[in-house]
Amino acid sequence: MAKVFIYPATSLILSDLVARFGHKPLGAALGIRERIQTAGVDSPPLQITPEEPKRGLKYAAVEVPSGVRGRMAIYGPLIEEAEAAVIVTDADLAFGCMGCARTDELILFSLRQSGIPILELTYPSTEEEGVQFVAAIKKFLDGLEKGGEA
Amino acid sequence: MMADYTPEYVGTVTKYVFVESPSMTPGELALRAYEASEGVLIKETCFGLQVTGEPESVDRLIEVIRAFDPAHIFVKDRGFPPGDPRRCRANLGGARPGYLGHEREFRLLRYITHGLEELGRREGEAPEPVPPVREKKPLLDIKRLQELIETEES
Repeated sequence: MAKVFIYPATSLILSDLVARFGHKPLGAALGIRERIQTAGVDSPPLQITPEEPKRGLKYAAVEVPSGVRGRMAIYGPLIEEAEAAVIVTDADLAFGCMGCARTDELILFSLRQSGIPILELTYPSTEEEGVQFVAAIKKFLDGLEKGGEA
Repeated sequence: MMADYTPEYVGTVTKYVFVESPSMTPGELALRAYEASEGVLIKETCFGLQVTGEPESVDRLIEVIRAFDPAHIFVKDRGFPPGDPRRCRANLGGARPGYLGHEREFRLLRYITHGLEELGRREGEAPEPVPPVREKKPLLDIKRLQELIETEES
């Protein structure tokens, strides 16, 4: 079972397919859950404390806005942990403020730099594309099991 | 003054179960899930369920739930426990944060369902997957760069 980073990190479809084909999806929920279940200083809504931008310094330079560094404190460890990644490139639901947008760019950059096997796709818009989408993910994930790059 | 934060449901896992099926409603799914719950907290929602409990119990329950209708039931992790006042729309009003993203992907689930069913049927003669290639941006032409530099200077 490989740990597979999914982008968009909140994607229901990718999370489900990765788990369905026997791997562990690494998404935003895991990072958020870790913070929500850790005692400390009350910092609603996501328990992002002033410590997070400091932890984010490992993934982004000091002149990068604290919003990006704070977000990278959640995603950075997941990217480090990941053994593969599935990326949907045209995900129109992965939008947000400038902090989110820049973090997304940094996530994609970090994934591509990390050298792990990556599958890049677009969301299906027809039934036949749906078949290809699922087949591509299945083939990629099956390849991971054998220890080779798909 | 910063207040202390004491988390609830420590050590548990919460997962969303989405059902997009012509033959099963979230209510029916909830009833059948309760029968196999064995201590896992189940909350029925408009799109399916939220299940919360020890990781092993949740995994076991998810396995049972998936078997009801494998191609129409979808599962994902959730960071917050159910009814958390920071996320629950009962306290906030409007759609729950994250709901609109789910709604967007919910519309694509029928293609995924079709893919899963079709892949099962075509087993052995599976279609060669054609992942779309990422388009590469054309590199900046040297003559164009020269033009740009000249325009900048003038």
